[in-house]
Amino acid sequence: MMREADDEGPEDGLGSGGDGAAVVRFDQVGLRYDLGPEIFRDIAFTLDAGSFHFLTGSSGAGKSSLLGLCYLALRPTRGAVTLFGRDVTRAPRTVLPRLRRRMGVVFQDFRLINHLSAMDNVALPLRVAGVPESDIRHHVPELLAWVGLADHLDARPPTLSGGQKQRVAIARAVINRPDLLLADEPTGNVDDRIATRLLHLFEELNKMGTTVLIATHNEQLVRRFPHPRLHLDAGGLTCLPPLPATDPAPAAAAGPQRPRAGQRPV
Amino acid sequence: MHTDLPLARDRSSTLVTVLVAVMVFLAVLAAAGGLALDNVLDRWTRDVAGNLTAQIPPVPGLGETAKAATDERVARALDVLRAQPGVASVRALSGEELTALIEPWIGAGEVLEDLPMPRLIDIVMRPDAVPEVDPAAMGEALRAAVPGATLDEHRLWLSRLLDLGQAVGLLGLTVVLVIGAATAVAVIHATHAGLATHRPVIEILHMIGAQDDYIARQFAAHALLQGLKGGAGGFMLALPVLAGIGVLVGRMKGGLVPSVGLTVVDWILLTTLPFAAAGLAMVTARLTVLRTLARMP
Repeated sequence: MMREADDEGPEDGLGSGGDGAAVVRFDQVGLRYDLGPEIFRDIAFTLDAGSFHFLTGSSGAGKSSLLGLCYLALRPTRGAVTLFGRDVTRAPRTVLPRLRRRMGVVFQDFRLINHLSAMDNVALPLRVAGVPESDIRHHVPELLAWVGLADHLDARPPTLSGGQKQRVAIARAVINRPDLLLADEPTGNVDDRIATRLLHLFEELNKMGTTVLIATHNEQLVRRFPHPRLHLDAGGLTCLPPLPATDPAPAAAAGPQRPRAGQRPV
Repeated sequence: MHTDLPLARDRSSTLVTVLVAVMVFLAVLAAAGGLALDNVLDRWTRDVAGNLTAQIPPVPGLGETAKAATDERVARALDVLRAQPGVASVRALSGEELTALIEPWIGAGEVLEDLPMPRLIDIVMRPDAVPEVDPAAMGEALRAAVPGATLDEHRLWLSRLLDLGQAVGLLGLTVVLVIGAATAVAVIHATHAGLATHRPVIEILHMIGAQDDYIARQFAAHALLQGLKGGAGGFMLALPVLAGIGVLVGRMKGGLVPSVGLTVVDWILLTTLPFAAAGLAMVTARLTVLRTLARMP
């Protein structure tokens, strides 16, 4: 993968390759909102380049906040966050665009721009990076076709269904082949067939070197794709091995989440 | 240019266009007035060499004796005038100059040589002293030294008028500057409103890796467009007004007032005003966005 030269010192020999270098590192990170209680305590983990993790935890455990720390919407109140080998705990905001262009983020609420077409929404990361329009016109429809939105290039988000919006958001997150992909419940609004397809897309990107972190509480999905888990619980984080795969052909795949009981033939 | 922010749909967008139109309209009129006045003053200044003219009657009689006596009077008058407060320089017009002045009426020829002509003295006052000059006192002193000498003070009044004209011209320039400042303030407020309205979109753009410059460019391009539209409108509105004033001034021609008008250079200057307003709007919007975004977390 091509990469602009790093402007870091010699200790930053970190590239994109799967050489095991840390893309994200949290050291004893604590976070509190204003004067409220600390919602994270001493969180420490490392995402090596080319790794694939799920971020699990019950609703309200702080999955979105943890992702927010990764894409620098939030700054830790304690500890240190290192991104691409650079300590960004107190990085000035002028360095953020360069870091964010190396990431793709799928927000839980999509954060699409409502007055722009699906095509223009997906093109945004390329436009802000100054990619020529001819390339944009070539790549964006291709990707939108791949996520099944070939007929909706000019549709504006308010006219799209939840699942369609989600796919636009995912296309926007991956259009610039990010080094780090952060996704917050990226399969929450799509049926199981599309969820599987999207997960395959993430794995595809992962094979090309992208580090992936997906926040989800869809346990079925976590079982089907055996990747290590970061589990948030009561303000702490534990690293867990992949969940053992269940029956490879679940009968009630399209059912609600946690259908564990009904899934196994008694 | 591609834009991600629907700035053209903001209500403040029309407001800025209208404001710039009004501002450019006023600025063009003020500038045109100032420039026309400046042209008038230029002509007046060119016509007037000194501020005052003294006239010394000749000693009656022909021949060298009378001429020498007249020269002596002129020398005395020069000494007296030179000693007056505020006088920068005095100079007696030479015989040739006097002849040239009278020639149109009397005609050239030997006859002039023999006429006992009054002598003229050109008096230049120090510019800073002009407002305080008392021509009556000066004339008194002159008559005491040279009986029958007179002081022509019309030009002194004219120079005072010049000062007033220059002050009014300066006022025109000040009005243009104040109008520019008011336009900038309006653009700053509209930009703040736009930043607030589009805050969610701007946050998304930031999350995607947009630099402040990317956002500032869109605001600047929008402000430039508004400025050009408003500027063109204001300029077009000002043209018929200027033409109307031009007709009124034309009727006054032939009177005491030198011809009033605008030169080609003046028109070029006036035409730059709408562009200057648009440029001002663009730069103001850009700086406002960059300053505001720099304060975001």
